[in-house]
Amino acid sequence: MAAIGATRHRIDPPLERIPEVGRIPAGSPIEARLEKIWETAPGWRGSLSTVDHKTIGVRYLVTAFLFLVIGGIEALFLRIQLVGPEMGFLTPEQYNQLFTMHGVTMIFLYALPVLSGFSNYLWPLLLGSRDMAFPRLNALSYWIFLFAGLFMYISFPLGQAPNAGWFNYVPFSGPVYNTGPNIDVFALGMVLLGISTTVGSVNFVVTLFRMRAPGMTINRVPILVWGTLTASVANLFAIPAVSLAFFLLWLDRQIGAHFFDVANNGQPLLWQHLFWIFGHPWVYVVVLPAMGIVSDALPTFCRRPLVGYTAVALATMATMLLGFGVWVHHMFATGLPTVALSIFGAASMVISIPSAVAVFAWIATIWLGKPVFKTPFLFFAGFVALFIIGGMSGVMTAAVPLDWQLNETYFIVAHLHYVLLGINVFPVVGAIYYWFPKFTGRMMSEKLGKWSFWTMFIGFNAGFFPMHIAGLLGMPRRIYTYPSRMGWDEVNLITTVGSFIFAVGVLIFLVNVVLSVKRGARAGANPWDAPTLEWAVSSPPPAYNFATIPTIASRHPLWEGRIEGEEEHSRTKLEEGYLLMRGRETLGTSPIDAKPVVILKMPEDSYTPFLVGLFVSLLFVGLLLHSWTFTALMTALSCAALSVWMWPRRNLGQRTTRHDPASAGRGGEGP
Amino acid sequence: MSETAPVVTPLPVGSAGKLSGGWWGVIALIVTEASLFGYLLFTYFYLAAQTGQDWPPTGLPGLLIPGINTIILLASSAAFWAGERRIRQGGTRSSIFGFIAAIALGSAFVAIQLLEWKNKTFSINSDLYGSLYFTITGFHLCHVIIGLGVLLLLLAWTMMGYFDHKRHVAITIGGVYWHFVDVVWLFVFSALYLSPYLQRG
Ligand code: HEM
Ligand SMILES: [Cu+2]
Repeated sequence: MAAIGATRHRIDPPLERIPEVGRIPAGSPIEARLEKIWETAPGWRGSLSTVDHKTIGVRYLVTAFLFLVIGGIEALFLRIQLVGPEMGFLTPEQYNQLFTMHGVTMIFLYALPVLSGFSNYLWPLLLGSRDMAFPRLNALSYWIFLFAGLFMYISFPLGQAPNAGWFNYVPFSGPVYNTGPNIDVFALGMVLLGISTTVGSVNFVVTLFRMRAPGMTINRVPILVWGTLTASVANLFAIPAVSLAFFLLWLDRQIGAHFFDVANNGQPLLWQHLFWIFGHPWVYVVVLPAMGIVSDALPTFCRRPLVGYTAVALATMATMLLGFGVWVHHMFATGLPTVALSIFGAASMVISIPSAVAVFAWIATIWLGKPVFKTPFLFFAGFVALFIIGGMSGVMTAAVPLDWQLNETYFIVAHLHYVLLGINVFPVVGAIYYWFPKFTGRMMSEKLGKWSFWTMFIGFNAGFFPMHIAGLLGMPRRIYTYPSRMGWDEVNLITTVGSFIFAVGVLIFLVNVVLSVKRGARAGANPWDAPTLEWAVSSPPPAYNFATIPTIASRHPLWEGRIEGEEEHSRTKLEEGYLLMRGRETLGTSPIDAKPVVILKMPEDSYTPFLVGLFVSLLFVGLLLHSWTFTALMTALSCAALSVWMWPRRNLGQRTTRHDPASAGRGGEGP
Repeated sequence: MSETAPVVTPLPVGSAGKLSGGWWGVIALIVTEASLFGYLLFTYFYLAAQTGQDWPPTGLPGLLIPGINTIILLASSAAFWAGERRIRQGGTRSSIFGFIAAIALGSAFVAIQLLEWKNKTFSINSDLYGSLYFTITGFHLCHVIIGLGVLLLLLAWTMMGYFDHKRHVAITIGGVYWHFVDVVWLFVFSALYLSPYLQRG
């Protein structure tokens, strides 16, 4: 049973073997050896080379929150400018750049990356694995995200930031009307960011199908996993559309191509099609994982499983499927044929059905449970309320005639903030409160937590609800100021005050984070008495996640035996499981019923992801500067680094071995 | 109960063929790349349908050279496939010839395609058709060149004796990507070279 001499065999793995089952007690020498296999080198070397999904997840979270703060400060500048009529705080051009960078930052550099942070950290823990399917790809996706974010801010200090709104419509963003570097930075930055999102999505998809603990059949995975999976699959289909759109625009601007050039038979509407074929699914990409977070975490505070697991999982996928068929609702006012408008309008209304399913599931869970009013619960309940308001205004704009009235007014700004803050920011902040003890081993302050929630909730509604009214009163979006006597003064004043209250709420939250990292009360493995697998390991989890690969028997492994009407016979096994410790190893299972099919060799820490990310990003800098030799050099370096990365490795079982295949692996874990 | 019993038969270790992560990864990559080409062709047909110009403005494209080139590219796929098959049967040596043939044919495709480009009377910035033609074929050509780079690595690794009939996952993964690049060409070829004939009736 005991694993002896396991690390000796690192170099030449046999072609097949029976994975040994056993226990690894905490504090035992075997555990120390497992720790040694998975640990990351200290210092800068470890920081640049680590492939640990937990480190990468935290990096994603921290970076995304920094972008949230930057985008938030930009928004406050906008609100100061709009606090009263005829203000001169910002010039029109500054206003354009700030609202554009606000939208770009929030949508692309905060909203998805923050969810990728949670998923990167949590997936292997939720699924009972030791890492993601492609640890190095995971590191690469973070580095490129970071570099793409910096890239998009490259021209900001020069007063030349992107200025055509986050959806960047041509012809305004084309070569004729926008001659500076502003749009080129945005265009190339988006293609670069697209690489990060794509490799990240590939990683999630493959991880779900390959890396679940035995027994975690497809109908037992947490809803967060469903949400991120759905978003990732959607990304694989949607990201190429936007990357292509931005690349074609760059060709138009820099090479003199004619895709969007009306004078030469090009079509500006092509931009809108390509952008929104991506854009609408993207809206779901940034909310479905957040909805998954709520579906998984809310039940903990209702002390009962989620009502309607299957319905919610199916609704998640149905939303995305429909989400690919509604992009034209962003183009109702472009003069498309009425038939097209009616079809897309109807489809957009239908899409509210699966969302309603999820809402009713959460309400029922709260209703039938015994709610515990901790801070995370408040954020999740607040989310449900905001979701309902945002959903209502959404259905209103899906009606074509009403949209003609409301399009390009503050009603849309109100709607999109209810949806984005309601379904993304509130669950995300709630999720930080919830998983903070897992990340850091310490609890966040409840007192500051409640303060942060109420300040954020009241500030948000005070700030954004009046925007509906401003819109109905006809105030257009994206105007840098407005004359007095339009009847818009009061609503704008209230909106600005509300925005600042909201910002104070976010500040309280951040203060809480900073204080609690150092001084929070110590948390055990499972401080909330939650049902899912990540709470079975210590807080924070060890580098290898699970000492032995667990065997799963239900959707809520840590609540087994407590739930009424549940069959008793099969139980999740957490203590005893596959040892898998001849180097970095984890178990690969079959896609649907999670039967063990392969022992996966996981890569060591490596610098190649960082180098590939760096060279690829510099390649884009070369394109931006029209420095073709530099671009060629960086291309060559990227290829070289990729070749090193892909070089078949014996210890990963990618090359022939000297072992005799017939006799190898029949023995136990020992030599 | 049986579903949770520990395995008693040996499991493959490491990157074992289609059980490897890499195989799944390349399939996901192909899905997203296929979408990219889908959007490129959407762009082509959308713009072609909206324009009032004769299409293509320079008259119907000649089919002879591109047709031959298509066959060359498909032959390259076949050669690679034969090489991979030899590896699976244990003939690492003879597989090398298959890979060399695949690379030679792929390079011939690139050379002929570049010639085809040189003979065009329009360019990427002369008119809309030029932008479409060079962007779409350029995207494909880039993929072929990347694919050739991959094939060269695979050839080198095979010659260094890295692979045998049991372990050659890199070949499987690189191979499916190469086949994908070739299949995409059939769509590009149909759109750019064949569809104008259909439209003209
Ligand atoms: C403190 C919180 C926030 C405030 C005060 C705020 C305020 C604003 C303002 C004033 C505008 C410009 C309206 C206009 O002139 O048209 C705007 C636009 C926008 N905001 Fe926010 N916002 C906040 C948070 C967020 C968040 C968290 C997100 C997304 C996750 C977001 C996404 C957007 C988008 C996409 C636009 C549209 C940009 C464009 O028109 O191109 N905002 N916001
Ligand atoms: Cu939409």
